[in-house]
Amino acid sequence: MTVIVKTVSSWVKVLIFLFGIYTILFGHLTPGGGFAGGVILASSYVLLMLAFGRTFVAANLPRSLASRLDCLGAFLFALIAILGLVCGGTFFVNFLYQRYAPGTPFALVSAGTIPLSNMAIGVKVGASLFLVILTLAAFRAESQEPTERDLADPGVGGKE
Amino acid sequence: MALFYILLIFMVIAAIIAVETKDLLSAVICVGAIGFGGSLMFLLLRAPDIAMTQIVVEVLGLVILIRATISRDLTFISGDREFFGTVASVVILFLVFMAGMRICDTLPEFGDPVFTQRPEAASQTYIAKGLSDTGATNIVTSIYLDYRAYDTLGEATVLFTAVIGATAILRSRSRKRLEDPEL
Repeated sequence: MTVIVKTVSSWVKVLIFLFGIYTILFGHLTPGGGFAGGVILASSYVLLMLAFGRTFVAANLPRSLASRLDCLGAFLFALIAILGLVCGGTFFVNFLYQRYAPGTPFALVSAGTIPLSNMAIGVKVGASLFLVILTLAAFRAESQEPTERDLADPGVGGKE
Repeated sequence: MALFYILLIFMVIAAIIAVETKDLLSAVICVGAIGFGGSLMFLLLRAPDIAMTQIVVEVLGLVILIRATISRDLTFISGDREFFGTVASVVILFLVFMAGMRICDTLPEFGDPVFTQRPEAASQTYIAKGLSDTGATNIVTSIYLDYRAYDTLGEATVLFTAVIGATAILRSRSRKRLEDPEL
């Protein structure tokens, strides 16, 4: 990609990533939540992949780390559910809100397990979508014979 | 409730056959039987919306899977059987269309606040008690992470399965080369 695209996306990616974190953390107060925030987190990496190429992003966030994050998010979400069974008596009960720390409404630390579940889902969804898109990009790049231009500029959207 | 357990045993048997059989087409048909059993179970559990979704997804998935399975072994129907099949399809389509028109007549007007007129609707409970039950000011979040967290667990499982399927189908390296600790 051109210098303009690379420069602009290297500035904008931080803002997109921050917005994703905000959407996840404030999911219980304002519109948003784990699913939407995770998609925004993954989209910042997709922007990087479009601008700098697949190998750059794969070096930045390796596939093994992404799959570990994916499993970690799913495990944390299930752990919160099982903690509800242990501490509150019912699977998925909001035990933090009902028993230990009710918090005040409209505060960042409130609503018990809901922000924790949002964080787990955000990590999980972001890593999942990143993995899917990385796999699709790798499939498209590896299914074609590499030409000399590919080797010189391994950008995903570099051609056409 | 007996019907429920019969359906459950039927689905377990179909799943075992689908895993164990050598014939690909039989396995696909068994997977379809599991899906239809699942949609009947949703209907018995009074979730008709999920039953409808399940049956639509199941029919589409079955058609695609059968088409992919028997791509080399096509049979064409011709003669009298073709005429009968066409007539039967047109009649069934017409009947479904008329039933759909009838259902459309009974729907409320667009923008009609039907749920505010029915105090026993579930949404009234969410709106009235959402803040005091969960402490979350975003009612959507309070529904999908507190009242209906099971749905969210299922959705996360669907995403997890999708990632596993994408990485398994689209891998270009063989299993032996994947065991290398590289990338």
